[in-house]
Amino acid sequence: MCGIIGVIDRTMSRMDGSSIKEALSLMDERGSGEGAGYVAYGIYPDYADCYAIHVFFDNLLEPKTKVDAILEQWGRIVHQEEIPTYEQPRLKKEHISWRYFFKPYADQTVGTTNPDDDNVKHLVMDINANVEGALIFSSGKNLGVFKASGWPEDVANYFRIEDYKGYIWLAHNRYPTNTAGWWGGAHPFNLLDWSVVHNGEITSYGTNRRYVEGHGYECTMLTDTEVVAYLFDLLGREHGLPPEVVVKALAPPFWDEIDEMPEKDEEFMRTLRLTYGPALMNGPFAIVVATKDGIVAFTDRIKLRPLIVGENGPRLYISSEEAAIRTMDPDVEKIYMPRAGEPVIGRVIE
Amino acid sequence: MSLGSVPLKYKISIDRDQCMKCMRCVDNCSYGVYRVEDDKILIDSRKCTACHRCISMCPRDAISLQERPVDYRSHPVWTVEAREDVINQARTGKIILSGMGNAVDYPIIFDRLLLDACQVTNPSIDPLREPMELRTYIGKKPSKLEFTKNNGDIDLQTKLTPNLKLDTPIMVGHMSYGAISLPAQLSIAKAVKKTGTFMGTGEGGMHEAIYPYQDHSIVQIASGRFGVDIDYLERGAAIEIKVGQGAKPGIGGHLPGEKVCADVSCTRMIPLGSDAISPAPHHDIYSIEDLAQLVRSLKEATNWEKPVFVKIAAVHNVAAIAAGIAKSSADAVVIDGFKGGTGAAPKVFRDNVGLPIEAAIAAVDQKLNDQGIRNEVSIIASGGIRNSGDLAKSIALGADAVYIGTASLIALGCRVCGNCYRGLCPWGIATQRPELVSRIDSDVGAENIANLIHAWTLELSELMGAAGLNSIESLRGNRERLRGYMLDQGLLDVLKIEPMGV
Repeated sequence: MCGIIGVIDRTMSRMDGSSIKEALSLMDERGSGEGAGYVAYGIYPDYADCYAIHVFFDNLLEPKTKVDAILEQWGRIVHQEEIPTYEQPRLKKEHISWRYFFKPYADQTVGTTNPDDDNVKHLVMDINANVEGALIFSSGKNLGVFKASGWPEDVANYFRIEDYKGYIWLAHNRYPTNTAGWWGGAHPFNLLDWSVVHNGEITSYGTNRRYVEGHGYECTMLTDTEVVAYLFDLLGREHGLPPEVVVKALAPPFWDEIDEMPEKDEEFMRTLRLTYGPALMNGPFAIVVATKDGIVAFTDRIKLRPLIVGENGPRLYISSEEAAIRTMDPDVEKIYMPRAGEPVIGRVIE
Repeated sequence: MSLGSVPLKYKISIDRDQCMKCMRCVDNCSYGVYRVEDDKILIDSRKCTACHRCISMCPRDAISLQERPVDYRSHPVWTVEAREDVINQARTGKIILSGMGNAVDYPIIFDRLLLDACQVTNPSIDPLREPMELRTYIGKKPSKLEFTKNNGDIDLQTKLTPNLKLDTPIMVGHMSYGAISLPAQLSIAKAVKKTGTFMGTGEGGMHEAIYPYQDHSIVQIASGRFGVDIDYLERGAAIEIKVGQGAKPGIGGHLPGEKVCADVSCTRMIPLGSDAISPAPHHDIYSIEDLAQLVRSLKEATNWEKPVFVKIAAVHNVAAIAAGIAKSSADAVVIDGFKGGTGAAPKVFRDNVGLPIEAAIAAVDQKLNDQGIRNEVSIIASGGIRNSGDLAKSIALGADAVYIGTASLIALGCRVCGNCYRGLCPWGIATQRPELVSRIDSDVGAENIANLIHAWTLELSELMGAAGLNSIESLRGNRERLRGYMLDQGLLDVLKIEPMGV
């Protein structure tokens, strides 16, 4: 059991983190005080064209020296600093949180149509797998993940998330059964522009993991959620599928339903399922995925986890609980429950 | 000098109080164990193969069978088998023939693998109340979806190549007409049609009695090319090139002339009564590029309308060979493990050459995954799959589907006596003698095999539901849901699974 909540302002008007903190803290009984986290898009306008790389360091000596060296080899560090934190009595500081604003050298990576992203993806995989005492937990442009082991309000106060303003926020309150107390195990998970919050357990994890590993990803976070970020990166970014098609690949209709579809749709879904069979996600889950262009939420094919949607003008809310949405926005206009596997999509209007 | 006789393998006795002299045992035994003299049933136990035909037909349960009533002095090195094989070869100077699969007491890896189930953190799924998808497509898959965007609509550019659609990931493997009887093959054909799956014809051509079921059959091309012509290729739903067989990797097939009756000779297109001996290699495949050419030629010949499979025996380098096959136009790699059965194989091959299927599936799946092409080609596993547990474990290790062989014959009466190569099968399976063949009613046989496939399908659904999976894709290669029970670290590394408790 975990609690999730997300919001997008489709006009890209930015909100500070105070109300999502309230909403997430309302769902404390869905967590266990061992992990909470937030991600916000649009928080670093001064460095909007740099990859904002957030790292947990065990210390600033050897691990940081190595990370500095790797980053400087592959690009330019435009700015770096410790992420400001504020001591909380109930939260034990396990790592030093650091951020780099980084520009990769595009000419360093070959064999790709998107050298910057592939360069950074490779750095993240390399550092997380090979540099002991360093963990990159956020690597997109103009966005940042803030997470730790603790209750939602303590984690929010530790990073003082009300100081950040974003047009998309996702938040997660964790009840870990896998990797209790590990900061890296808290959600959201992020890779490049993709961030994921997830309530549930992916019973197909072994299959999904092998699939992404066969395509150059390395699972290093010891939990099933990171594979969702990689699946979205592979299908959405590398293969260029629109988000609603990615969702149809990950949580497709049943064959019985596909068989009844009009010919063109049937062919499309059959081709999609055959092409992306190993990406199909099974088990109970409700997931919200964000990119700079919007958010998409969906559940497993038989909806074994709750997911509820609220709308108010340009704002779209997605949460495990209606009460959390009403806490964030008491004037919310429309509340509804999406069907199993049905994608809920909120896109920014530019 | 005489070596004398060796001790009896089996001793048959009849409880004379129970016996009502109905003579069913006499009529049923094709090995000549029983004869009647002066109204008394006499027994020659030395001829017994433990096929159990007499026992199963005796209305009074009057017959009992004892294994090895007189035995050798026990010895851990010079086992009974070792001694008898030496005696046999000292007498004959020949290669020892055997039937069925590997009979050496190797540990069975399937029995050291444990499946997973859900508790609390994820709910198990009840297949009686929720959808459960076992539908499996065998064939080439695209590496990614190609499409164009047209005013917000998505126009699919990717065109799927023909795939076989299976309602359950269980197929019946290649057992040729010739090796088995026509009613036996017909039983299988009717059963796979009934259960929405497929059967292999073996390398013996296709008898016209099978034509009504041709849409559910995979036609095989082996090194002897018996029964192969364009008509044969066009009848199959798919085509399979057999390079090797788990029971006898590296050597060709052998159908003794006694089994080549008029009908078999016509179907195979060979002379009546002649031995049908397939060469060890295909003489047009001496390399991987030759194989790729043959795959393409077969596709050209059939207008690219049929999936083409390539079957290899599980040998030490199976993963690299399978990767080579995957890069040809072949749609599926069939891997046959060394527990796989056969009608006739040299015993030294059957018992010593090749790998168990469990390790072979894992190695092939891993190699294809490392190369990022696992989903583009199907893996069919065979050789020693005995129940739905073995089936589920095969899929979790990385197979798309399995072929069963021996299990389907047991459903027809086979008791695994291992004398298939003698052509005297009293169950009417591995024989062509009209009086024995007529013992199989293909409608009843089909019912039995269909029952078996259906039962395993139900059990697989239950196992998947318990593991919280509602679609077979999510079990495939899902090694997280397997644990090793007392397997050594080397094997755990090959299988890429954790030991139990982790």
